[in-house]
This record gives sequence, C-alpha cells and structure tokens, in this order.
Amino acid sequence: MTLLQVNHLSVSFGDTTVVDDVSFEIAAGEKFALVGESGSGKTVSALSILRLNPDAHLSGSILFNGEDILQKSDSAMRGLRGKDVAMIFQEPMTALNPLFTIGNQIAEVLMLHEGLSAAQAAQRAVALLEKTGIPEPVRRALSYPHELSGGQRQRAMIAMALACKPKLLIADEPTTALDVTIQVQILELLNQLQREDNMAVLMITHDLNLVRHFADRVGVMEHGKLIETGNTQELFSAPKKSYTQKLLGSHPHKLVAEPAPDAPALLQAEQMRCSFSIKQGWFKRREFVAVDKVDVSLVRGETLGIVGESGSGKSTLGMALLRLSVAKTEGKIVFDGHEISAMQSKQIRPLRAQMQVVFQDPFASLSPRRTIEQSVGEGLALHQPHLSQQALRDAIAACLQEVGLSPDMMSRYPHEFSGGQRQRIAIARALILKPALMLLDEPTSSLDVSVQLQVLELLAQLQKKYGLAYLFISHDLAVIRAMSHRVIVMKDGCVVESGATASILSSPQQAYTQKLLAAATYSTLS
Amino acid sequence: MNTMTTTPILLVKSQAPWQRVWNRFKQNRRGYWSLLIFSVLFVISLFAELVSNDKPLIASYQGQIVFPVLHDYSEKSFGGDFDSPADYLDPFIKEQFNKKGNWAIYPLNHYRYDTLNYFAKVPNPSPPTTENWVGTDDRGRDVFARLLYGFRISILFGLALTITGVVLGVLTGAVQGYFAGRTDLFFQRFMEIWGSMPELYLLIIFSSIFEPSFMVLLILLSLFGWMGLSDYVRADFLRNRHLDYVQAARALGLSNWQIIWRHVMPNSLTPVVTFLPFRMSAAILALTSLDFLGLGVPPSTPSLGELLAQGKNNLDAWWISVSTFLVLTITLLLLTNIGDALRNALDVRRKA
Repeated sequence: MTLLQVNHLSVSFGDTTVVDDVSFEIAAGEKFALVGESGSGKTVSALSILRLNPDAHLSGSILFNGEDILQKSDSAMRGLRGKDVAMIFQEPMTALNPLFTIGNQIAEVLMLHEGLSAAQAAQRAVALLEKTGIPEPVRRALSYPHELSGGQRQRAMIAMALACKPKLLIADEPTTALDVTIQVQILELLNQLQREDNMAVLMITHDLNLVRHFADRVGVMEHGKLIETGNTQELFSAPKKSYTQKLLGSHPHKLVAEPAPDAPALLQAEQMRCSFSIKQGWFKRREFVAVDKVDVSLVRGETLGIVGESGSGKSTLGMALLRLSVAKTEGKIVFDGHEISAMQSKQIRPLRAQMQVVFQDPFASLSPRRTIEQSVGEGLALHQPHLSQQALRDAIAACLQEVGLSPDMMSRYPHEFSGGQRQRIAIARALILKPALMLLDEPTSSLDVSVQLQVLELLAQLQKKYGLAYLFISHDLAVIRAMSHRVIVMKDGCVVESGATASILSSPQQAYTQKLLAAATYSTLS
Repeated sequence: MNTMTTTPILLVKSQAPWQRVWNRFKQNRRGYWSLLIFSVLFVISLFAELVSNDKPLIASYQGQIVFPVLHDYSEKSFGGDFDSPADYLDPFIKEQFNKKGNWAIYPLNHYRYDTLNYFAKVPNPSPPTTENWVGTDDRGRDVFARLLYGFRISILFGLALTITGVVLGVLTGAVQGYFAGRTDLFFQRFMEIWGSMPELYLLIIFSSIFEPSFMVLLILLSLFGWMGLSDYVRADFLRNRHLDYVQAARALGLSNWQIIWRHVMPNSLTPVVTFLPFRMSAAILALTSLDFLGLGVPPSTPSLGELLAQGKNNLDAWWISVSTFLVLTITLLLLTNIGDALRNALDVRRKA
C-alpha cells in the first residue's frame, strides 16, 4: 500500500530550481533512502513533504494517504507535522531547544497532538526515552540538551519524533554528526522501532555504505533530479547511470606507495602526555588527561594514520606534536634533529615552515577577509622575506596550479569557492613552504565522496613527488586504509593498537579495533 | 616544489582589494552622494578663512599689493588716523579701496565668526538681509559665518574623538580578547572601576579647574569614550582567536601581533564599522550639548551648541535656531548614510 507518493515535484527559490521534476513513492513500512552529494536537493525534497520551506515555490503533487499535501491549509499542515509525519535532523544539538529539558520538549508534542495533560505527557515522555534506550530515563527527562552526549541527544530527538507514532519518519542525515560506533547504535534503534510500529522511513544521507545496509529501496539524486531508483540490492550490484557508478566507485582504494626503506627519521616522540586543567568550583582545579603515554615515530615520506572516535585525543596529540596545542604537554619530541619539546615557541618559529597543518573544516580554516593570494603567500613572505613581490606572486601561482587551481583565482575571497576548492587552497598554503611534515586533521571528512577522493589523490601524489611525511588524523577507516602506511588506534587518550595499516585493518587484535571496524562497514546491522 | 622550472604564468589582471571596496562603496548611491556632499562641505569649511572673513583676500593700495588675510595692517597704512588694526568694514576704509587705482577682493561673505557688524542697519539680532545672509545673533555676529566655523570645529572634534576612541577601544579590546585569561580578568576589573566614575561630574569639575578648550574636552571625553567599543571588540576577539585560521596562522609561524593585526582584527571589526557613523554623530552631539550647557569650548569660539543656546534665548529670532538645526540634521544624516555605505563596502561577501 502506497503511503507517500511524490509526483513531478519541482522546488524553486526565486529563479533557481533546486528540485526538478522528482517522482518517487514510499510504501507503508518501507525504508527508502535518498542519496546524493551536498547541493543535490535531497534535503529540500524532504522538507517539501512537510512544507517546511516557506520561501520556496512548489509545484507537482505530494500525496500522503491519498491527500495532496500541497493543497492543504496551513492549520491542516500543522496537524500533520509531528503527528503523521515526523522528522529528525542531522545536528541534535541545534535541533533541540537549549532552554528546555528533554522531557519538556517531548511532552510538548504529546500535549499538542494528543491532548494529554501535563502529568500524563511527562509519563509518556519518560516511557519514550526508555524505549530509545537512554539509561536512567527519569533523570534524563529532566536534563537539558547540553547535559547529554551526542548519541543520547539523537535518541531524545528520535523519542520526540516517535511520540505520536507517525506513519512516516523523515531522517535527515541522522547519524552524520556522530561517532561510528554510536552511528550503528542509532541505526539499530531506528531499525528496531521501524519494525515494531511498521513505520515508513525516508532516510536522507550521503553515506552509501549506510544505505546498503539500512534501506529497502534507494533513489539517487544529482543536481536536483532523481536520476535512478531501485531496490538496494539491484542498484548496488548493477547501477545503470554513470553518476551512480561514479558515486559507488568513489570508494578510496590504496593510494600510497611504500616509503624508501632507508628513509631518515623525521619525527620521534616519546611518552607524550597532554593534560588540561579544568575548573571545578571556585578554587579547585581538576586535571583532565587527553593524551597519555603515546609514542610516535615517523620517517620521511611516510604516512602515520591516527584513528579514534571523537574525544579520543587524536587531534590534541597531533597539535601537541607540532607544539601548537594549548594543553600542558610533557614528553620528548625530536623533529628533524631538533628537540622541539625543549625549545621556546619563538625558537620554533623558523622551523614552522617545515611542519604544516591542514584542518578539517575548509570554511573555518581560511580567514574570510583575506584573498587567496594573501592567505597562501603569507607563510612564504614570512619565512623568505627576501623574495620580491613578483617572485612571491609567481610562487603562489605555481603552488595553486600544483593543487589543481587556476592562478587567476588569486584575488578572490574564500567564500567564492566550493568546499573541495577551499581544501585545495588550505593544502596550497601548507605546501608553498615546502614542508617535510604535514599534519592532516580530518582533511576530507567535511567533503562529498567524489571530492574526497580527488583530494586524497592529490595528497598521495604530492607525497610521492616531494617525499612529504603525513600525520593523518581520521575517524574514517576507509580513508586511513587508502592513505596510511602505519596506523595507531586511540581510545580515551591511550594507544589501543598500533602497527602496519594492512595488518591492523585486516586482522585487528584488540576488541575496540574490531568494534570500530565492524561499525565502519555497518556489517552488524540486522 | 621548484618554482623556477614551472612555466611562466600569465596572470589575469584583477582588481586590487581596495579597488573592490571602493566599487562596492559606489554601488550604494545614497552613501556615495552623501560622501561627495560631505567632502565638499568639509573642504569648504576647512578654508573658512577664505570664504567668510572680514578682511579682503588681496588688495592693491597705491600700487602696492597687500594680503590682509595673512598680515595685519594698521589703519595708518590705508590713510587712517589710528595705529590700530584696520577694520575693513569701516565705510572709510572701504572708501579708500574704492579710489582710483586701488582695489580689493573680498571673500564671499564679509564677516568672520567674531566680527561685530557695527554698521548694521537693523537692531541685533537682525533677520536675514543681503549683508548677513542668515541674519545675526544677539551680539551682531553673522550667523552664516558662525555656522561655517562651528561646523568645522564640530567635524574636527567628531573626527578626533572618533579616531582616538576607535584606536583605544580596538587596542584594549584586542589585547583583552586575544590574550584572554588573566590579562582579560584584570583589565575587565579595571574597566569596571574606570567605568563607574561619573563622567559628567568630572567634566563639570575639570571645566572649572582648567580653562575649557578643544584639547581638554577631547582628552576628557576620550578617557571614557573607548569603553563601549572595547567590550564589543573583546567579545569578537574571544570568539575568533580559537578559529582554525588563527591556528593555521600560528602553524605558519606568525607572531602574536602579526596574527592579531592580519587575521583576528579584520574579522573582528564588524562592530567598529557598524558603530562608526553613530560614534561620529554622538561625538558631534556631545560637543554640541556641552556647548549648549556652557561646559564646552570657550565662549568666543563658534560652535553649533552655542548657537542653539542663542536660539533658545532668542526664540523670536527663528533664523538662529532653524539654521543651526538644519546644519546639525543634515550633517548627521550625511554621516549615517556614509556609514551605511561603508559597512556594505567592507563586506567582502558582496559582489563588487
């Protein structure tokens, strides 16, 4: 039985059409996934089902239970939202109101749609939280969003969405902001709840791996058009459209060659320990150890992958190795023969050209008020002050070309570039100093899959050409597999396991590593 | 990477950042015209001595070229009886220059801000006449001349107070926000103490100790004017210092001051630019109100506030208050428009 039928839906904002003639249907109790890269119109399509994009011009028809949603009055829509069709969002921290308790927010839905009294609604809220597997639901109902962990917040969002037993649940990238092991738990929960209530789920995601293990049917979107729909099994085994094939083929394979066997050591760190002192009460301070007893060694031309979930201390370790961390750092660090752990920050400055950083978010890592030329050229002008204006410009242009950008983009500002282009600019800024070591802190995790592969290929190619050594921090095991020679797995500031990438990822010895690997492939999902 | 071996690259000529700022500024027609009008008025007022003066710009007396604007000449040198500075509005001196062979070129308006028109045909305050275009005040001084000189003082005072306030505010805000921690803690306490001093009382006390002058007022108002801005700049610095691009700059090896100047500052100036026109207007109004209350610049100095006070005291002399009111309103309006355009111009996200 068809629950939702979208016919020739087009959505436009002003003159730009973001969704173009999209048709699909979802049966009751079915799990349907919309896949696509950012900007492909998948979220806008989903929001149109709830008519939550007031500025948009919608055409076509959306039949829900045989009634056209686009013809309904606003008050009828309000009765539908949250009751028959519910939605959960990507970032539960911003989707929940920070000034109300979780229980309060869930109860609000119940009082609104089911006319329950406050006391009844509060009881139901606790029951719902219990159903989503939050420990101590009574206490948690009285907590504010910031007091919960990311996974718990998303569970609370789900409890809120399920409060009125909706027939259709729209999940917009529900697990993207979460750690891999939590992702699996949330998907497991969605699976279980979906089966219990025979609810239909519209999953919006960019993660093909997730789709493969979660959805019954898939629709692939590109530039606002739904280019292919089909059963998950069929679509993954025999994609018809070239774009789908490209998406499926964007999985990074091994990209790096082995470093020379006699490569000299570049970075040697022993017994690294990083700690923060956290205020507790008025005068007391508590020490929080972010990294403990970690040894790191790296030769020229080699990539060391650092894997772990958020909060495992991998970024702190990376920054501490370059003496950029604000944490209190102990341990001996030798970089290229200099013991930088014993040097003043002023003494390290000349060495900074040798060690560079590329950050995760290319939108935040470039100053919005400086042109590309200023951003990229800054380091070179600092470390080689004798360069003439013309030589500087030539070097910038050459470096931009090297990372695959056109030099005539120099005078533009960061906001004029796409995410992938910005990450290339950030790489150019680091590369222009001809460093020996680059710290790559999740350099591809905010990029689309196809762009991600391009950036990884660029990094591998640069490593081959200049013999760069990389410290590659990532939570994505597929990326680590493609990029790194050796890997260390971190949990709660300590190294769980370390060794050659191939052996660790094919036969992990520690339970934690095994759990990470299983979560990354969603293979445990029922 | 070897830059020497790469092929030379032909760069597409593109506009320099400042060129683009100017283009964006010009896009706002209202702001652009306001700036033009304001600049013209300001430049004219800077040369007020050549526009409105009681001395001829240049004159020829018995074959000798003299510059009365630059030098004082005694009445004797133009055939008078006394060894006092010549009064060029005196019909006798005027007569002398009208004689054959002598000539004099007068400025547009024949009065300085402190010129008393002893030869007016109407009692003071005189309504607008062909002699005194906007009339005179109750002491017989030309209102147009006083407006022109008063406008100049107001704008100069506004500019000076705005610039010192912005420089001090941005500097203190930057130091507190960037270094944070203990520096911030102590500076904030200092500001709380400093800010709790009664500004107006101090002004009244100081104006009775010192002879109130332009500089004294400027210093006194500057001592307190920076605090409002400092808080906003501090907040923006606190937010921006943790962003990735600041970390990246640190990774490049830049020093703290270089990071502040090149990276954090340009991204923290939004409140400064937003408040700029309002600060300028507030500074002008501060001087005007102090003058109105009699706490401002010394009595003989031309000022808009003193004119407003005159207007209040001589309500039937409508030309005093109406003209001053118009000058003030137009000035503040022009400044607000310019500020609007400036804010758009400095927003790099806008298309040039």
